[in-house]
Order: sequence, then structure tokens, then C-alpha cells
Amino acid sequence: MSPNAASANRIDRAFTRLRAEGTKGFIAYIAAGDPDLEQTRHIAFALEAVGVDILELGVPFSDPLADGSVNQAAAIRALESGTTVPGVLACVRAMRAEGLGIAIVLYTYLNPIYLYGFDRFLADAHAAGVDGVLVLDLPPDEAGRNEELRRRPAGLKMIRLIAPTTPPERIALIAKAAEGFVYFVSREGVTGEQASVSISLAEQAAAIRAVTDLPLAVGFGISTPEQAREAAGPVDAVVVGSAIVRRIGEHGASGEVARRVAEFVRPLVDAVKKDF
Amino acid sequence: MQTLPDAHGYFGPYGGMFVPETLMTPLRDLADEYERAKRDPQFQADLANLLGDFAGRPTPLYFAERLTAKLGGAKIYLKREDLLHTGAHKINNALGQILLAQRMGKKRIIAETGAGQHGVATATAAARFGCECVVYMGKVDMERQALNVARMRFLGATVVPVTAGAATLKEAINEAMRDWVTNVRTTFYILGSALGSHPYPMMVRDFHRVIGDEARRQMLAREGRLPHLLIACVGGGSNAIGLFYPFLDDEAVRMVGVEAGGEGVGVGQKHAARFQGGRLGVLQGTKTFLLADEDGQIQLTHSISAGLDYAAVGPEHSLLRDQGRADYVHATDDEALSAFHLLSETEGIIPALETAHAIAYAVRVAPTMRPEEIILVNLSGRGDKDVQQVADREDMLESVATPKI
Ligand SMILES: Cc1ncc(COP(=O)(O)O)c(C=O)c1O
Repeated sequence: MSPNAASANRIDRAFTRLRAEGTKGFIAYIAAGDPDLEQTRHIAFALEAVGVDILELGVPFSDPLADGSVNQAAAIRALESGTTVPGVLACVRAMRAEGLGIAIVLYTYLNPIYLYGFDRFLADAHAAGVDGVLVLDLPPDEAGRNEELRRRPAGLKMIRLIAPTTPPERIALIAKAAEGFVYFVSREGVTGEQASVSISLAEQAAAIRAVTDLPLAVGFGISTPEQAREAAGPVDAVVVGSAIVRRIGEHGASGEVARRVAEFVRPLVDAVKKDF
Repeated sequence: MQTLPDAHGYFGPYGGMFVPETLMTPLRDLADEYERAKRDPQFQADLANLLGDFAGRPTPLYFAERLTAKLGGAKIYLKREDLLHTGAHKINNALGQILLAQRMGKKRIIAETGAGQHGVATATAAARFGCECVVYMGKVDMERQALNVARMRFLGATVVPVTAGAATLKEAINEAMRDWVTNVRTTFYILGSALGSHPYPMMVRDFHRVIGDEARRQMLAREGRLPHLLIACVGGGSNAIGLFYPFLDDEAVRMVGVEAGGEGVGVGQKHAARFQGGRLGVLQGTKTFLLADEDGQIQLTHSISAGLDYAAVGPEHSLLRDQGRADYVHATDDEALSAFHLLSETEGIIPALETAHAIAYAVRVAPTMRPEEIILVNLSGRGDKDVQQVADREDMLESVATPKI
């Protein structure tokens, strides 16, 4: 396939395939460089092998204020292992060279990529084989107001977040700016596991679907197969982050972290793939 | 008068609302409510009453006669914010914001604090209005400002230690923002400096401009002319912008903000002087100058004063510096300590260590100015909270010099 064709983006391809198969997508979040970038590569391949559709890779930042303690600890471990923005991009390039096929979204705060050079970061990420970028503290409003934050290479998707506090008129505005998929944060709060899935998810999903045809992913707080399955119902994909990151924290030093993570993630993936 | 920020919270290229989506709408609601409150005579009257009867405004403009004589140059005046209830300028803003919280029906108050002065001011305001109050404070700051931790607790606040990173002001703000993201429907975040996302830099400035408004009037009444130079210390920048703002159109009045030079601003030395070797970046909701490494990770800062020990500077100061309207210099820990003693001994006023940085610059510059020129220093806070820290530090130095037997 031509790399310039619109369908070359792996996120688009993933959702096209999922719709054709009639199943839901699974998005796994891990912090790049936790415990180190070499293990990140092993974990990524292990996640692909158990059926993860999209890999969300966190670029570590010293001040992750939208993240809970689990992801914050992972960012600190990643920084301590020497992970840098160029290091994360090199890791993606290496994984693509080794044949990793699933879509990759970089999840980051603005400051590290702002100092790298916003344009340059997006161009380099795209060239490395990244399919989408989600910048936690860059709402579309600000992206539009700052010349240096406006340009980006064609083919790289800017993923946008919608929160439970987002009112209807703003949902429409964000949906218009969104690409690839819309990421709905299913609860108010920082990242972290929670006991039950937000009850009004179906309602909120319907409100978002009313203004966009983009696939809809839901995340923040999912940690069990039951929750994943329940959350997947009204949306196209679920995101699981902290629960995976916690296992990486527990097994990071063991030398078999990739296998442990795969064991944990397999039933989560299976839960969203069966009988929808 | 400069009518910044614009509707989106920008001071020229600086400022904005760089926050997670969960906070975008609550921040817009806050900005809207603030605009309504600002135009509401009842709100303004309530605030004026509180500032007068509860906080003790207006604060005196004091001629520091002996300091002036000692330095042998410009006349030095002090704006005595240290005489306010709770001991620093921070109460101006805490009272303004708690009135907003009342209007918005929010009964749970959270805050971050560095030196503990903003935490004490917020805990005080919360007690006065019968609100629950949670204050996030870095563990390192809790140790060096233990007196203020006790005060907050007496006032009924819960003080939550923050251990991440350098365990100082920046980490406390991260935790407060996490709390706010989680409890945004019930909770009002009283941010303590002219930093963070819009509308805070504007709102905090407006609540502190009373410092400059009063000082300008007092100076005209006293001297029949305006000061030549304004000096204030700059952590996030609230006491400085509060003093500077009403003078911005007085072109002959020069302004200098003093940052924390820590150990010194040379290579390998730790400090919190964002305008010395800082970069343009985005932190905690705002685009401004900050201390970060090449990879965009925020650097560990150091200052003897907890209130100036912060990696980013309020966005309006970045603009004032670009415009050349204000200059920014730094004073080291040692210079601040000397100034702390000098003011204590010559004027009978023990300043906060933050404030001592402003005094340190006055000490440097006054002898170079003519006796008919006037310097106005914002005496942002008193030093009670720092007595133990300074005593310990000097005992230690003494015991190294003359070992006790
Ligand atoms: C007495 C005093 N002055 C100054 C500051 C620095 O803050 P800002 O730059 O916002 O005035 C503090 C902060 O805690 C303070 O307590």
C-alpha cells in the first residue's frame, strides 16, 4: 500500500477492520522506558501477540499532573532509566524495523515536545512510524491560537479528549478537531483503576456519537475483563492503562515482564472481542 | 492601562489554558463568574469590607529612614504587607477567591502552598467562611516552614504532604490540580500566585492590585510625586504584579522583579531564576519562562525561601520583560540572608526570606541612586515563619566555626 494513501494510517485501518469484523478494539497504555526502552519493545510485541489493536506509548514527563500515582511512578521510573523524547522515537523506529504492525499513539504532555520543537516532533514521530499523538494539556482551542502549535504532517492523527465535564457545544468543537478516534475520559479524575464503570457511559457515548462519525474509545479506570466488556458495549474501543502499568511496576525487574504483562492483558482483550 | 490578558487568557504570547480537558470548562466557568463578580458592586463592597476589617487594609507606606541613611543613596519606602492579618500579601487573594467560591456555591476549598503563607491565608479564609480546607504542601517545605503547618492545622485545615520530585511548590501544585480534576464539581481551587491557567494569573493580579493602588496614592500624598523604582520579589509573581500593575502607565517609574538566585546562577549551581537561563515552555497550565533541561523535563530548583522556589514564572512577567517594562534580576541565598539581618537590625522589621530578596536588591541599587530619588519596596511578608530556619542555619555555621565542647 502506498504510504501516502489516507488509509495508510494504522489507526484508520484498525477501526475499519474492527467494524468489518464486528468486534471492539483494545488500546493498551504503557509508559515508554518503564523499566527501560528495551523492555518496552518486548512488551509492545507481547501486547501485539495477544491481540491489542492500538498501543498508547507514554512519553515520560517530570510533572504528569493529569496522571494518578501509578502512572506518575512509571514516568519517574522511565526518566530514571534515561528515557528521552529522541529515545522514545528511536524505540518506535526500531520496533517498526522489527516488524511491529499495530497502530502507535504517543501520549504526552506538551512541554517535552514543545522544547524538542513541536513541528519537528510531529514530523519525526510520523517518520518513525507513529500514527497518532495525544497531548494531554493541549486542548484544541490552544492549538489553534498558537502559530507554532498549528502545523503538522499529513497522515499523523491528533487524538482529542472529551471529559464528563465537557458540555455539548464543546463536544461538537472537539469532535470537529479530532482525528483517528475520539477518546472519552469516562470519569472526572486522574488516571488510575476504579471499582465500577461510570453508569452514564451509554448516555454520554450517544451524545458524542450524535456529533461525530469517528470511532469512540473510552478510558481511565478500567482494570478487569468484566469492566472492559461492560465499557466496550456503547463504544468502539476501550483503553486500559494504569492496571497494566501497575503490573509492569511489579514485574519490571523480573526479566519476564513482557510475559507477565501479556498474561494479564490477554483476558482483557478477549473480553472485548467476543460476541458483540 | 494595559487591558491584558485577552479573552483567552494571553498576555501577548504568554499564558493561555494548557490544561487537561476535564478542567477546561470549570476554568471557563470560573472566568465567567469572576467577570460577573468584578462588575457586581456587592461583591466589591464585601471584598473591601473583608480587606479592611478582617485583613487590616490599608497597610502603611513606611519610610525606612535608618536603612536609607545606612545605604546612603535613594530614599527607601516599604509597603507594609507584612502587617496584614496572617503576615503576608497572600490574604488579599485568598479573600477575593473565597468570596468567588461562595458565589459559586463551592464549600470545599483546596490550595497549594510553598512558604505556607498562602496556605495559612487560605485556611484562614476557609475558617472565616466555614468551609472545609485541604492544603497540599511539599514535604521539604513542611519541614522548613513548620510554624505555618501548625498554624494551618489550628485553623482547621488538613495539610497533605507531597513527596514527589523535589517535594516543594511545583509538586504541591500538581497534587492540588489532581485533586481539582477529581473533585471539580464540589471544590474551589484557591491558587496562590499569578501563575497557572487562565483566569488565575489575571484574577490573582486583580486581587493584589490593591497593593499598588494604595501605594501610589500614599506616595503622592506623602511625597507629592511617584517613586522612581519599584522592587518586589518574584516567585510566581503575585506580590510583584500587585505592586507593578497600577504603575504600568507611569512611564517614568522603573520596575524590578527579584528572582531567587539560590546558590548562584552559574553552571551547575541550583537556583530558581527563570529569567537567567530559563526557556519558553508550558507548565501547569501556562506558557511562560521556566527552568527545564534540554529534554523538556522540569529542573529541580533551589532557594532558601520556599515561596520563590518554583520552576516557572507568572506569564504577565514574561511579557513585561519582553516589553522592557520591567527588569528581572536575582539575589542569592546569601544576599537574601544578609538583607534579612540588615532590615531586622536597622528598622526593627524581620522580613520573610522571600521579601529579603527584594531588600537585597534595594541594598545593591540604592547607593547608586541620588538621594532625591525614591525606591518603593514591596515588603510582602514578615519573617516569623523563617525564624527557626535562619536560626538553625546560623547555629550550624557557628558550630562548624567554633566547635562546642
Ligand atoms: C512573603 C512572601 N512573599 C513573596 C512570596 C512569593 O510569591 P509571589 O511571587 O506570588 O508574590 C511568598 C510566597 O509564598 C511569600 O510568602
